[in-house]
Amino acid sequence: MMSIKKRFWLALMLALPMLYDMLAMFFNWPMIPNGDWVALILTTLIMLISGRAFVQSAWAAFLHHHANMDTLVAVGTMTAYLYSIYALLHHQGVFFESAAYIIVFVLLGQYLEDKMRTQASQSTTRLLQLQVKNATLIKDGQTKEVPIEDVKIGDRLLVRPGEKIATDGKVVAGHSTVNESMITGESMPIEKQAGDAVIGGTLNQTGMLEYIAEKVGKDTMLAQIVEIVKHAQSSHAPIQKLADRIADIFVPVVLMIAIAVFAVWYVFLDAELAKALTFAVSTIVIACPCALGIATPTALMVGTGRAAKLGILIKNGEVLETASHIKNVAFDKTGTITLGQPVVTDVIGEQEQALTLAAGLESLSEHPLAGAIVKKAQDQKLTLPTVTDFKNLTGQGVTGIINGQTVFVGKPDLASQPIAKTLQVKMNQLQSDGKTVAAIGQAGKVIGLIAIQDVPKPSAKAAIEKLKQQGYHTVMITGDNEQAAQAIAKQVGIDEVIASVMPGDKAQRVKNLQNQGVTAFVGDGINDAPALATADVGIAMGSGTDVAIETGGIVLIKNSLKDVVRALSIAKKTFARIKLNLFWALIYNLIGIPIAAGVFAHWGIELSPALAGLAMAFSSASVVASSLLLNVAKIDE
Amino acid sequence: MIKVLVLLIAVLLIAAIIWWFFGRHQEKAVAADVSADSQDQKVKVEVNGGYSPSTIVLKKGVPAELDFYRKDPSSCLERVVFPDMGINEKLPQNQLHQIKVDTSKAGEYEFACGMNMFHGKVIVK
Repeated sequence: MMSIKKRFWLALMLALPMLYDMLAMFFNWPMIPNGDWVALILTTLIMLISGRAFVQSAWAAFLHHHANMDTLVAVGTMTAYLYSIYALLHHQGVFFESAAYIIVFVLLGQYLEDKMRTQASQSTTRLLQLQVKNATLIKDGQTKEVPIEDVKIGDRLLVRPGEKIATDGKVVAGHSTVNESMITGESMPIEKQAGDAVIGGTLNQTGMLEYIAEKVGKDTMLAQIVEIVKHAQSSHAPIQKLADRIADIFVPVVLMIAIAVFAVWYVFLDAELAKALTFAVSTIVIACPCALGIATPTALMVGTGRAAKLGILIKNGEVLETASHIKNVAFDKTGTITLGQPVVTDVIGEQEQALTLAAGLESLSEHPLAGAIVKKAQDQKLTLPTVTDFKNLTGQGVTGIINGQTVFVGKPDLASQPIAKTLQVKMNQLQSDGKTVAAIGQAGKVIGLIAIQDVPKPSAKAAIEKLKQQGYHTVMITGDNEQAAQAIAKQVGIDEVIASVMPGDKAQRVKNLQNQGVTAFVGDGINDAPALATADVGIAMGSGTDVAIETGGIVLIKNSLKDVVRALSIAKKTFARIKLNLFWALIYNLIGIPIAAGVFAHWGIELSPALAGLAMAFSSASVVASSLLLNVAKIDE
Repeated sequence: MIKVLVLLIAVLLIAAIIWWFFGRHQEKAVAADVSADSQDQKVKVEVNGGYSPSTIVLKKGVPAELDFYRKDPSSCLERVVFPDMGINEKLPQNQLHQIKVDTSKAGEYEFACGMNMFHGKVIVK
């Protein structure tokens, strides 16, 4: 079978003489001799070469009790063609050119549509192309190129500057910058050294890296992203149901309407046979179920594809539709609004001395807050003293001996002398800001305070402000006490705080919010799974390679809250586009069919079958074009 | 007289369309051929004006392969989409195109052409 493109060009070439004849009649140019017979020959050729496929598939569908686009084109052109042969033999007016031009235009429309649909689905192709074919394996000190399928977990791999990283892993040696934009949407190159995670398919830029493969095959981040995008792009949106139901009965109904149109014109309005037939053929040809059928899938494809490019994975059409109706956005606190890693915010007392002692002790402790203190000391390049006699007093703090003196970090009552008044005031003040405060003591006396807090992500404040601007009600749900929660909430400007929530109750709190409107929950996926599942839309934030794929309806690959704004914006824009497409496809048929049927003929508004074919061709092409425009729509961030 | 005849034919045609397209025309479901060792199961699906068979019964847990053979030249049937399985593939004309179907969960999975006009379903049980 010939390609659509070839069929179109052949049909167009063969139809050109008939176009000339039409123009010649209009402008009084010399006409083609025996024009009707020439038209018969040319149209017959067009029907055979370019139009046969329509008749073939229409017939095959008919045998299955089905009717589709091809049915309409086949019935429309065959009617025009056969009637014209009859008319030719009886020396009456013919309209071969209608059949010819319907085929030309329908093929043109299909050709354009096909091209644009390929464009619309390119996001998965783009992702698949990121997949690396070969990897450089390091074995016994030698390097060897191996196909990616042969790489196993635990293999040591090498990547040179300018090469793509083969699979997800952890760097063990080397130093380089890696461009991860193709996966995460993060435009800045990221520095990598021993201990950092790398993602397969990303581009190594400046240096060599050696890394150990941690995930291979379909477990890699790239493979999972491809899977999600594929699912999303073939999924349905609930709004589509009505359109599908209409499309199901559309063609037979149009055929019946066309018969009725013919009967009404011929029998009741006493029109000539040719005139009545023209109206019927126009009606059949202008009707376009395809525009209805592709209104949703193409927009969904472009919308989810564009989101994926930004590192935002929208699981399916249903999620997208729900996401466009969201009223409340609830956030988990730790790890979502905040960095999830406590940092030292204040050191009170003699800074260097206090921090040196505290860090020295805490370097031996395993307490979660100890790391923050040690890191602060490292950042200030302090040398940590040697500690002897280290003791961990559960619930109290830690003690040890430094330079012959007993030192402690923890509750102030570990000191034998009461805490100084000024320090006590300071401590209360810090605590009321929601910070965790530890006292540093030396020789039985509190000499300083150290305050620790989980700080908001740099992106949090701006993102929440933007959400509020757009009319969302923002909520923070956390297990922290009211004070600590309020302190963070104030910093980022969140509307409502629900504090002291036991981990198991988060889902219930989300349910309460749902009574006030459609609710999204943003969490980091691992411990928030029940809340993510309960919410109308669960938005899982993955950090690095640990994408919480299963839990969320929307997965954000980057750890930035700005992506929540982006995700909701894309969902809204895409859904609006779907509605616009469906509206256009419906309205087009609702207006087009009556015009073609000659309802407005009394006022001189009529459509020839050829024009009807042109209109039909562009209705579906314009729907695809409208979907493609989503690629350039402005996304809020 | 001729007009009465035309009217009569028109009414009959409309009635015929209703009967042919909207009447009940059941198609039989086809079960897959399971290989002797239960290692795989295959069904050939002809794509020509629809899917025949359009209802395919697969055995749960046995890896399945649907061999689509598209005879139909129409671009309408050019793609086949399994929305629940994330499958959206182009079917080359007059060639066998294999699609592997996940049979790990029992249930009914619909499939359709790219424009959702032609339907079929896979029943896993």
